[in-house]
Amino acid sequence: MNRDSDRVTAPQLPSQPACGDNQTGTHLPTRAGALNGVIVPEQPGKNAIEVRSVRKVFGTGENQVAALDTVSVSIRENEFFTLLGPSGCGKTTLLRLIAGFDFPTAGEILLHGQDIAPLPPYKRPVNTVFQSYALFPHMTVAQNIGFGLEMLGKPKAEIEARVAQMLKLVKMEALKARRTSQISGGQQQRVALARALAPQPKVLLLDEPLSALDYKLRKEMQIELKRLQHETGITFIFVTHDQEEALTMSDRIAVMSAGKILQVGTPRDIYDRPAERFVADFIGETNFLEGEVKSAADGRATVRLSTGAEIPASLPEGFTPSGGVTLVVRPEHAQIGPADANASLRGTVENVVYLGTDTHFHLKLDDGSAFIVRRQNSRGGGEALAPGSRVGIAIGPNAAQALKD
Amino acid sequence: MAKRPFDIQAQPGFGFMALLTFFALYLPIAALVAYSFNAADSLSRWDGVSLRWFISAWHNSAVQDASVRSLVLAVSAAALSTIAATMAALATTRTRPYPGLTFKYAFINQPLMVPEIVTGVALLIVFSRIKVWTGYSGLGYLIAAHTAFCIPFAYLPIRARLESMDLTLERAAADLYATPWKAFRFVTLPLLRPAIIAGFMLAFVISLDDVVITEFVKSGGQDTLPTYMLGQLRRETSPEINAIATVFLALSVVLVTAFYFVNRRKP
Repeated sequence: MNRDSDRVTAPQLPSQPACGDNQTGTHLPTRAGALNGVIVPEQPGKNAIEVRSVRKVFGTGENQVAALDTVSVSIRENEFFTLLGPSGCGKTTLLRLIAGFDFPTAGEILLHGQDIAPLPPYKRPVNTVFQSYALFPHMTVAQNIGFGLEMLGKPKAEIEARVAQMLKLVKMEALKARRTSQISGGQQQRVALARALAPQPKVLLLDEPLSALDYKLRKEMQIELKRLQHETGITFIFVTHDQEEALTMSDRIAVMSAGKILQVGTPRDIYDRPAERFVADFIGETNFLEGEVKSAADGRATVRLSTGAEIPASLPEGFTPSGGVTLVVRPEHAQIGPADANASLRGTVENVVYLGTDTHFHLKLDDGSAFIVRRQNSRGGGEALAPGSRVGIAIGPNAAQALKD
Repeated sequence: MAKRPFDIQAQPGFGFMALLTFFALYLPIAALVAYSFNAADSLSRWDGVSLRWFISAWHNSAVQDASVRSLVLAVSAAALSTIAATMAALATTRTRPYPGLTFKYAFINQPLMVPEIVTGVALLIVFSRIKVWTGYSGLGYLIAAHTAFCIPFAYLPIRARLESMDLTLERAAADLYATPWKAFRFVTLPLLRPAIIAGFMLAFVISLDDVVITEFVKSGGQDTLPTYMLGQLRRETSPEINAIATVFLALSVVLVTAFYFVNRRKP
């Protein structure tokens, strides 16, 4: 392959050095509003990508479907950011808009402060790792990795050096002359990563890249991806429907559903302090409890449960409930105790499931609803609880989180 | 006893039918090839093996003339129709399905549906008018006519290939800074090459073989090899025809075999 006449200029965006200085101030109010009151904790640091009120509508007339319904989010530089949600939630659509394979119906996508939404993919310093890898079957591993640099018209020596560096980074030096059909799925994954990283993009997009790998390889690649992100310092935007994957790898997660971003936060935020029912339900196992708000102030509330017990709960940012509220208690944040007056809830053991590292107690509360308690196992520890036993449930002061819906 | 699945080979008369079919298909061809090596002056008498008629045909200036014209015509028509077919295949596959797309497939494949004799007569009428207007009566008319009816044959393998090709590859090229033209040149075209070669060879064979349309379109003294042979058979029959037909057969077998291997090869 030779470079020739129609040379593309490297898509360097002109306004890079000035990035970060005036954006933080201008976009913050917009975003807080667009997120329906969810205030993302803003930290100093430049934004690599800012998605501003982006809508994407497919179809026309009566068949219109809003794949993205006014989404706004900021992704910081050098961040491992995950878009998490079930299939059809719009996460891949958002990724495609950032990559340039599709164009938003409305809104802006800023890369270091410049709107890239109208640019074709080959003019964006953003590269993608595809779910199917999309390696070029008529090229060798090394040719695949060098493709982006060739298209940018880089000098031959630079391409060779960079390809060698990339091969080393993904530990594929030995297989550089192979055709992509002659290497395994895990190796193809590494080549796809190296190919996307070789042109040193400002942002790397990863579209469920681990979904085709088996469990063990997927675990390995999760660690590998974190290492690559750390070593290259490139912003990663990772799309997945696997909540465990999202929790393990991400600096921050955006949980999406039905074309909207419901909550943005660190894995711990998302898991411990879900703001909405969907987020709580989608990530991990959850118990929902209905209650009445007795008092609420400063992000804390006291909630009276159906048993009459009053327990403290933390509130989502900027939300002060009154009247009925739903609480979330993670199974490992509740303890089984005696069924006495001190217990927050009382019920009967229905089922005990031993899972090696821990045991799940499936309980039936006195009001008829189900409740799960998870207890870590230790050798010789913990009393045996047979199905049918009466038990109490203790909910600690930091265990419950109130939901907005 | 376990019931065996239906096996057509076990039916009575299968072997006989198979043999009959083979004879019907290959006996005439075998006879032609055998008689092309006949030393006799007559088509019906056997007089021993000889290359006499091959040599005679080789030195016949009318045969030389027709052969060169056939090759020029087939190469031009195959090249032009392959280019048109590649563009048509790209246009009909690299798009979202829309109403009217099926009609376009039918439109492109028109030569497969309209009887050749009808096209021949139609072209005769149109081209004779153009000949009067322009005064041009060269090989252009034949090239145009052959190109037109070769397009569907070149189109089919190319479209099939494009449809089975992963669109993500072109998207990946664009993602890696390839302009649409570069993505086509460095990704789509190399992956399409086997299908383009196959389409070209198919079109070449179809053009080389054509009698009906050529007969209607050709001007005086524009015999191709098939129309020359037909003309010869109308007069006295020379065994030279056998020799030419055998060479023709050999050429076709070579091309079809090459077509098979090119198509089978994975990218």
